[in-house]
Amino acid sequence: MTYQEKKSIVSLISAILIFGSFCLYMYPQFPEGGLESTETFRFWGSFVLILTLVSIVAHIMISIIFNIVFRITTNEKEPSFEDELDKLITLKANRNSFFMFIIGFLLAMGSLVISQPSQLMFLILITSGFVSDVTGSVTKLYHYRKGV
Amino acid sequence: MGKNLVGNHIRKLRFNHDEMTQQQLADKAGVTRQTIVALEKGNYSPSLELAFRIAHAFNLPLEEVFFYGENTKK
Repeated sequence: MTYQEKKSIVSLISAILIFGSFCLYMYPQFPEGGLESTETFRFWGSFVLILTLVSIVAHIMISIIFNIVFRITTNEKEPSFEDELDKLITLKANRNSFFMFIIGFLLAMGSLVISQPSQLMFLILITSGFVSDVTGSVTKLYHYRKGV
Repeated sequence: MGKNLVGNHIRKLRFNHDEMTQQQLADKAGVTRQTIVALEKGNYSPSLELAFRIAHAFNLPLEEVFFYGENTKK
């Protein structure tokens, strides 16, 4: 298995772990007030902002650790640049990732149109963000294994 | 993946050039080893520029490294 395939798998697993553990951490902190209270909106706002920060920091740390482990275990240096195949695969991964997020965004807006609670809108938005991240990693893994 | 009609003799040519490694060819062509692996497996059709760079690495004309036609995947 090549460096890029391993990196895609690590990225996929870390995305699932980060999102899962963050949700478990935030779940008990959900405000008990009314569903549409200001506190609830504050909760969802902080959820998104903190998740963004945490996932960026965690991804950077995991990437550094992965590179160190890769060098130690394989005695191989990781590629220092992206060539045309990498760029093509990244483009395809981004396209699929954005597509998933746009579907989630439209569903979230649709939930407001049919008078669903605003909580559902936040849940759909956050879930679609997670799904789009996973889709990007899966697309990369697929194209690195099966070709373009 | 989709139909890949561009085939190549890279594996054979590497062997004929003092058993050049995939990494050595990748360094000469300015790509990663992963790309050479994908090319040898027939999973990727290179850009014209990369095809020329690979042919140049073997000191051969383009058509002796790459070919176009059906049943290129082995």
